Amino acid sequence: MSIKYAEAEPATTDATKYVGRAVDRIDGPAKTTGEARFAAEYSYPDLAYAALVHATIPRGRITAIDTAAARAVRGVIDVLTHESTPAMKPPPKPSVLDLSSMVAGTSVNYLGTDEVHWNGQPIAVVVAETPETARYAASLVRPAYQELPAATDFEAEKHHAVPQKSSLISEASANKGDAPAALAAAPYAVDLTFSTPPQSHNAIEPHASTAVWDGDRLTLHEGTQNIPWTRRHLALRFGVPEKGIRILSPYVGGGFGGKGSVWAGTLLAVLAARVTGRAVRLALTRESVYHTVGGRTASTQRVALGAEADGRLTALIHTSVSRTGRTGGSGEQITAGSRHLYAAPNIHLQQNVVQLDLLANTFMRAPGESIGTFAMESAVDELAWKLGMDPIELRMRNEPERDPLGGQEFSGRRLREAYALGAERFGWHARDPRAGAMRDGKWLVGMGVATAYHPSLQMMASVTVRLEAAGTLVVRCGLHEMGMGTATVQAQIAADEMGVPLEQVRVEYGDSDLPPGPQAGGSMQTATAAAGVLAACAKLKRTLTGLARRAPGSPLRGTRPADVQARDGGLYAGGRGLTYKELLSAAGRDHVEAEVKGSTLAFMAKFLRERRKWVKAATGAHFCEVRVDPDTMEVRVSRWLGVFDAGTIINARTAASQLRGGIVMGLGMALSEHTLIDPRNGRVVNPSLSEYHLPVHADVPHIDVEWLNEPDPNMPLGLRGIGEVGITGVAAAVANAVRHATGKRVADLPITLDKLL
Amino acid sequence: MKPFAYVKPADVEAALHAAATEPGAKFLGGGTNLVDLMREGIEQPQTVVDVTGLPFDTVEDLPDGGLRIGALVRNSALAADPRVRDRYPVLSQALLSGASGQLRNMATVGGNLLQRTRCLYFYDTTSACNKREPGSGCDALDGFNRSCAILGVSDSCIATHPSDMCVALAALDAVVEVRGTGGTRRVPVTDLHRLPGDTPEIETDLAPGELITAVELPPAPADSRYRKVRDRASYAFALVSVAAALEVSDGTVTLARLALGGIAPKPWRAREAERLLTGGPADEAAFRRAAEAELAAASVRDGNAFKTSLATATIVATLRELSQEGAVR
Ligand SMILES: Cc1cc2nc3c(=O)[nH]c(=O)nc-3n(C[C@H](O)[C@H](O)[C@H](O)COP(=O)(O)OP(=O)(O)OC[C@H]3O[C@@H](n4cnc5c(N)ncnc54)[C@H](O)[C@@H]3O)c2cc1C
Ligand code: SF4
Repeated sequence: MSIKYAEAEPATTDATKYVGRAVDRIDGPAKTTGEARFAAEYSYPDLAYAALVHATIPRGRITAIDTAAARAVRGVIDVLTHESTPAMKPPPKPSVLDLSSMVAGTSVNYLGTDEVHWNGQPIAVVVAETPETARYAASLVRPAYQELPAATDFEAEKHHAVPQKSSLISEASANKGDAPAALAAAPYAVDLTFSTPPQSHNAIEPHASTAVWDGDRLTLHEGTQNIPWTRRHLALRFGVPEKGIRILSPYVGGGFGGKGSVWAGTLLAVLAARVTGRAVRLALTRESVYHTVGGRTASTQRVALGAEADGRLTALIHTSVSRTGRTGGSGEQITAGSRHLYAAPNIHLQQNVVQLDLLANTFMRAPGESIGTFAMESAVDELAWKLGMDPIELRMRNEPERDPLGGQEFSGRRLREAYALGAERFGWHARDPRAGAMRDGKWLVGMGVATAYHPSLQMMASVTVRLEAAGTLVVRCGLHEMGMGTATVQAQIAADEMGVPLEQVRVEYGDSDLPPGPQAGGSMQTATAAAGVLAACAKLKRTLTGLARRAPGSPLRGTRPADVQARDGGLYAGGRGLTYKELLSAAGRDHVEAEVKGSTLAFMAKFLRERRKWVKAATGAHFCEVRVDPDTMEVRVSRWLGVFDAGTIINARTAASQLRGGIVMGLGMALSEHTLIDPRNGRVVNPSLSEYHLPVHADVPHIDVEWLNEPDPNMPLGLRGIGEVGITGVAAAVANAVRHATGKRVADLPITLDKLL
Repeated sequence: MKPFAYVKPADVEAALHAAATEPGAKFLGGGTNLVDLMREGIEQPQTVVDVTGLPFDTVEDLPDGGLRIGALVRNSALAADPRVRDRYPVLSQALLSGASGQLRNMATVGGNLLQRTRCLYFYDTTSACNKREPGSGCDALDGFNRSCAILGVSDSCIATHPSDMCVALAALDAVVEVRGTGGTRRVPVTDLHRLPGDTPEIETDLAPGELITAVELPPAPADSRYRKVRDRASYAFALVSVAAALEVSDGTVTLARLALGGIAPKPWRAREAERLLTGGPADEAAFRRAAEAELAAASVRDGNAFKTSLATATIVATLRELSQEGAVR
């Protein structure tokens, strides 16, 4: 994938710099003209189409599977079942020694077993000459089952939850002082139970794969958030060399975590192509996404807070239960934000997890933090009511100077400023503090706030930058572009570092033949790639400077390297210098390249070292205004402002979109999204955009976002990831505004009108 | 989708003939419901008779001041018709509150009348559903039934009729014109749909092969409006909806028309409430008494119990607003 840079916007401040500007996305024109092709849009002369058959029981064994009727349909090429198909190799056991082992969405060896582990598991694949034929024939496959007892009811099973295990990256519990005793002794206290429902991924592009084998070589067109791990996983599952697999993923139509693992559709497309010898496209139906791609866990949470009359917290307790599937998924970091948000002397945090016979859960935009902040930030608001104190004031009285648990320094934290700026912009001071006191015509009006919090992490990336004789700068890294501006911001950074116009930078991404990029997850991709681009550019500059100091006739002969600057399309020291074009020509080179390689070990070492010193995070203050119909209790969000302390903002336009997008997704979580899993049999009964209620345009008001734009002292260029912080706190801000409008605390998402009647 | 034959007759006789002679035939309007159901394998017609070529796509004035609406008029066109907007605002509002712009551009009046329930288990072919598969049971009774009906239900089915348009038509005393090979008949819209009883699979009074050709509206009542309550601001089916018309003279209700959506297996004309309202005071207490009387027979399940109070509140609010507007005028 490579696109030439489109023109940039005029500079906001410094005319020679691109970082910070509202530059248009480089993938914009291709997407608006339809030139961009997604994984299901690649054609091959012998292309065949696959469709899945899903199990209709939650747990058991397939005793027989009748494919005769399906095979008899004209145009059907093959029907793959566990009886007819050679099994793939089993997925590897997850291990920190090989992080790619974590990429399997589930541990089920599809079509390699007669076992059924959830209602909806794929149990057969039909390959046909047209997608319609494949789908119709799939409806004719008749399995027979021996059913086994299944635990599918989260409400009923949550009492069997066990303490979650901590991992190297994420701790599942914490204790400081004696929180229960402090809570009992507190003059003011709240003790609330919250629940959040399961939610499903609904990216605009349903998951799709087009797989083409040539001997043991595989080309896979795929929408993925993790090219290198997917490649390694496929090599293991199909027993072929990794270097023979090419994954092309130039455009991903939204990921949000749902394309961060390898799910059944990908494996079965590759398997079907292997078995039939045809190029195979498997584009999941929306319904198949619900049945084969994990979603957000349901949760139940307890938050208890004890405080003095002046609002100072004495006790903070946050416990949770989430669920995994018996064949995959992991406990979510629901209490992660609560480790860092408030200066309480006594803290107790515990995450618990229960296994169910359901499809594995998976990452979904700010897994853990998004639902955890709902509970914590709702409870803080409720405490403010109890104390009769302004909820912002209560937060400010408990804003810690250092990390409440570990005592580390914050790597820059400006929540106070975010709240102060937000309060002024939003008109918080016009808020009548009494519940139900503000009206606009018939509407009850409410205003609420909540804190956003998401850790700033960095992984490892390999990057090459290459200066070509014509003056073009090529940045090569297997980045994942899901529409958030990934390639655009790296081009801005490289242009600044090398002092070249943005139009001369080309970013190549989305291809496993490129140096492996970081996964697009955990809000890590931009910072990680930026660190790689910065390092590679520095290396390139050193090489170029060396050439310039040696090249015959170069005006920089004899200058000190420290005096040489990359600017204006070349290297300069004081008034002397030469363009890159002149330099390459003088040095007799058609290009000069620099490479940096990411290393897992170095990444882990840096992560562990830094964790002891600093707590790094993007934070923010959400301001929400709702209108509630006093007759029907319909809630409509009427205004929104988010002020973020998210480090250096590289691109004002794409950053605003990321933050707004997070808030919109948070509105869905707050008001309407709910995957209905029938507790009797684990079946998802609303697998469609008609019955799974995402917010529509009419639900989303104008959303103002602002940022403080203060660089993080310990992140590359001072930037923090912003993909997830936007959604955290949103549901709480809505719930708190509803509390203000109606006097009612809804602790059970989504906030539907029946809970307010 | 199961393979099927497709015919597009040029005139009504050919359409009726095709429907009468082709086995397993179904009429196709905009296809926004039928094609969805065919994709899910819930409807499996052997022949699809596309009626969109028939000349029933106009709205005409009737001599008595009413309107005659062709069965193939698209939902968008009907909602935008100046006569409808002016004289029957309740109908225009109901149409515009339904589905999405794209769907309304496709959907026809005839298809809207005969659209099928959105009960989650009706749509999931692995579930038990008496409507889809008579005698198989009803998974909604003890399952997710938040959207299900509370009036007119039976032990075999508690699904709602999901249309918004039909609720407005019920309040307006619309009459449906139906043609079969035996001739034309006229059915009040309130008699078109059936309650489930023991046969939820039989949803209307139509005989197989009968074609809806038009809907006729009598002259409009004074002021009317449609209020739809739903889980998001747009693009969701009604939890409760109210179509109401009210005429008030000296503080006394002289005419009341009230129909409810989202709470019954058919567009629910609230005759008991109308009877109590007519001749009574146009005040909040009277509105509430009427609403409560209408809903007294409600039979609720765990998930939809809230609909009784929601429907009451929505009726009261709608009547209140209508009466206040009337007072201003
Ligand atoms: C995502 C989604 C959301 C929706 N939301 C809403 C909503 O909020 N409110 C609402 O009211 N509706 C909603 N709808 C339903 C929509 O209004 C109906 O699908 C539409 O009105 C059906 O009209 P059609 O012409 O497309 O019917 P078709 O799909 O063509 O036909 C429907 C049925 O009517 C029969 N039929 C069609 N025309 C005739 C005729 N002339 N005579 C006899 N039989 C006929 C067909 O055989 C079929 O059984 C929604 C639909 C979708 C898909
Ligand atoms: S309520 Fe009616 S439509 Fe729904 S499952 Fe029961 S029988 Fe079927």
